[in-house]
Amino acid sequence: MHYRILDLTDEKGFLCGKMFGDLGADVIKIEQAGGDRSRLIGPFYHDIPDPEKSLYWFAYNTSKRGITLNLECHEGQDIFRKLVKTADCVIESFDPGYLDQLGLGYAALNEVNPQIIVTSITPFGQKGINKNNKACDLTIQGMSGMLSCNGQYDISCFLMAGAETRQAYLQAGAQAAVATSIALWGRHTLKQGQHIDVPIAESMFWGAWAPRPVLCYEFEKTIFKRRGELVTYGRSVDFRDSFKCKDGYVFSEVYVGGQGHYTTRLVEWMDNEGMSEDLKDMDWPGIDGREDVSREKLDHWEAVIGKFFLTHTREELTRAAVERGFFLFPVNNPHDLLQNNQLLSRNYFVNVSHPELHDSLIYPGSPYKSTVNQPQIRFRAPLIGEHNKEIYGELGITEQNLVMLKQTGVI
Amino acid sequence: MQSEQCLEGIKVVELSAYIMTPLLGKILGEYGAEVIKVESKTHPDVFRVSSPFPDGKPGVNRSGLFSHLNSYKYSISLNLTQPKAVGILNRLVHRADIFLDGFSPGIVAKWGLAYEDLSKVRPDIIMVSGSMQGQTGPLSKQRGMGSLMQAMVGFIRATGQADQAPQTSLTPYPDFISPWYALVGVLSALEHRRETGQGTYLDISQIETGPQFLSSMILDFTANGRPVSSTGNRATFASPHNAYHCKGEDRWCTIAVFNDDEWLSLCSAMEKLDLANDPRFSTFLARKQNEDQLDQLIGEWTIARSPQEIKITLQKAGVTADVMFNGDGLSQEPYFRESGFCETIDHPEMGRITSFRSSFMLSENPVKMQRSPLLGEDTEYVATEILGMTDEEFINLLNEGVFE
Repeated sequence: MHYRILDLTDEKGFLCGKMFGDLGADVIKIEQAGGDRSRLIGPFYHDIPDPEKSLYWFAYNTSKRGITLNLECHEGQDIFRKLVKTADCVIESFDPGYLDQLGLGYAALNEVNPQIIVTSITPFGQKGINKNNKACDLTIQGMSGMLSCNGQYDISCFLMAGAETRQAYLQAGAQAAVATSIALWGRHTLKQGQHIDVPIAESMFWGAWAPRPVLCYEFEKTIFKRRGELVTYGRSVDFRDSFKCKDGYVFSEVYVGGQGHYTTRLVEWMDNEGMSEDLKDMDWPGIDGREDVSREKLDHWEAVIGKFFLTHTREELTRAAVERGFFLFPVNNPHDLLQNNQLLSRNYFVNVSHPELHDSLIYPGSPYKSTVNQPQIRFRAPLIGEHNKEIYGELGITEQNLVMLKQTGVI
Repeated sequence: MQSEQCLEGIKVVELSAYIMTPLLGKILGEYGAEVIKVESKTHPDVFRVSSPFPDGKPGVNRSGLFSHLNSYKYSISLNLTQPKAVGILNRLVHRADIFLDGFSPGIVAKWGLAYEDLSKVRPDIIMVSGSMQGQTGPLSKQRGMGSLMQAMVGFIRATGQADQAPQTSLTPYPDFISPWYALVGVLSALEHRRETGQGTYLDISQIETGPQFLSSMILDFTANGRPVSSTGNRATFASPHNAYHCKGEDRWCTIAVFNDDEWLSLCSAMEKLDLANDPRFSTFLARKQNEDQLDQLIGEWTIARSPQEIKITLQKAGVTADVMFNGDGLSQEPYFRESGFCETIDHPEMGRITSFRSSFMLSENPVKMQRSPLLGEDTEYVATEILGMTDEEFINLLNEGVFE
């Protein structure tokens, strides 16, 4: 991939540039002089809070080169415009209007380079009615439907994967990369660049599959009730839950109606071990989920199945699910993932060298396998100003001038 | 339809069901690609027969699950038990730029469409196989769904509170991660083909895309050996930082305070100035230490108020706060309507339904909402206009039951 991408984002948009960098694009992370504030996001390597040790920064800034540049002074703005001439895209996540104030908004950059694509990632978009509201990953996950997916109805609601992983921001970063890719290809058809507006709220709305609850409410006035909810597909119904087993938890989905034969397979196994109780008398595919399933029945089935799962380990249950063909997966943590046979067989995890830490760290590797152009971490995230000399040199700024720019706070 | 769109001229054939791969096709179509979904009346996309249906009345053309994942597509219905239907499928795929395969690993090979075979005929084709666990490896054929894969990938363990049983999640979350990687991959493959004439095969799976969204947590384990310590909605960087129960059944708001000034603003907005001077909460570290009491006190204030009222009061005071929406709130929230993200459109069998565009907006490529196709709605068009069959050919094949 031959693109050059200027990445001005903070944590709201890190992932976008990483996806291009891992595909081989020349992504230049531009930080404020002295380094971005988002370098102070934990967790930290060996728990040492240091701007060069943020694991969040490491995770989502791989395969980027890094420079420092003060965009709030004229000299910095001039340098930025020079960079824009050499670039295909700018990705940014400032408040709406901030870059315009600096004379670096889309209209201004388009004059410098008519082919430039500017991708703006903000909580509520450039024009949305909420655009001046204060927002963060938590509030966005709440208003976009994600919180209402996790927890127990009326008792709790939870962020997807906790506060530290920032799923709304990751969704926005990834969907911004999609939009940017469409616009990059669009230069062949439209013969011009464009401005892309990526609201994080809408990104999380899709990430939470919120069209489903919206349409459920519009069509049937039903509201999903999170935990243990029956999900109906015509006359078939499934319910899903986590179950305790001998050495941890598994997650299973039990069907009646159309896909009831999966449940029959599980119950046959339970019966072989004398633990099926009255479940063996049920005609699982024959049950009409719309009429024959009450909360009480469901609780009973779950209790019988739960008792059986307690007699087996995660591995035994998973193996049986594969061999017998019913729906069950282990509830994994990172430790389990690193030992997962499927991921091991596909050489998923990679070692990334961090020479200044005298260490190398294990990262999730390529998000997909492909015959050509497989994305991969090419090198670790940049240190503060690591590539100043290299990149400013390419622009023709002499080392002597770099020293002066550094002293005046431009870089 | 506007005159020019970004992906105009790109031909896509989609063989898939459920979410992950249909969503790929939908977004390519939304930006101008010609997307043909090959369907079957005897084995329709499971989502075509899944609720919700308008007024609760089922029908293969009435599913709300199907409608928002399949707009911008042509639908042709083929009976693939017939060799001639397989021939038509092959013709469609052979003329395509992008072939989206969302079936379980091994299925499309039956029709001669495994990449090894396909690339002999069309070395420049871009083929995407989307699956749970990838096309190779010991668990490649394990039965699964995104709703369960989120346990496998690590999301379930990381959600909720570590000292409680893992939470189930209603959303099949990894289904909404894979498509983004696949789309970026497909578009970079198009660029690569433009430069080299070479095609690409992408094997994309939820088990490999999912952990990308947990990378920092995985690094915390590989670098620091720290097991997941899920703390619900609480954060190491803000306090309070939680969802609070408000007045009414399952009504909630979210509140996040990032510094001491915001804390004072919150106290004054809650009209609890005594809290502002309370040493248990006056600094960030103090609030973290006494977070149970803190959350309880805030909860006592929120339970008497509506989430909307709280949002307005706190935003005015400069505190980050919002409403937690369920289905009813999401469908009524003006924010999602005013930007054109949600729009009500007409559908011949569903009536007036809400439709959703992608999250992003491109300044030079505005999109127009389009409804999803009826099952087999475009069979004749695809056969005669796209494949160039004569009317006679088409009718003969129709009589032979090749088109369902």
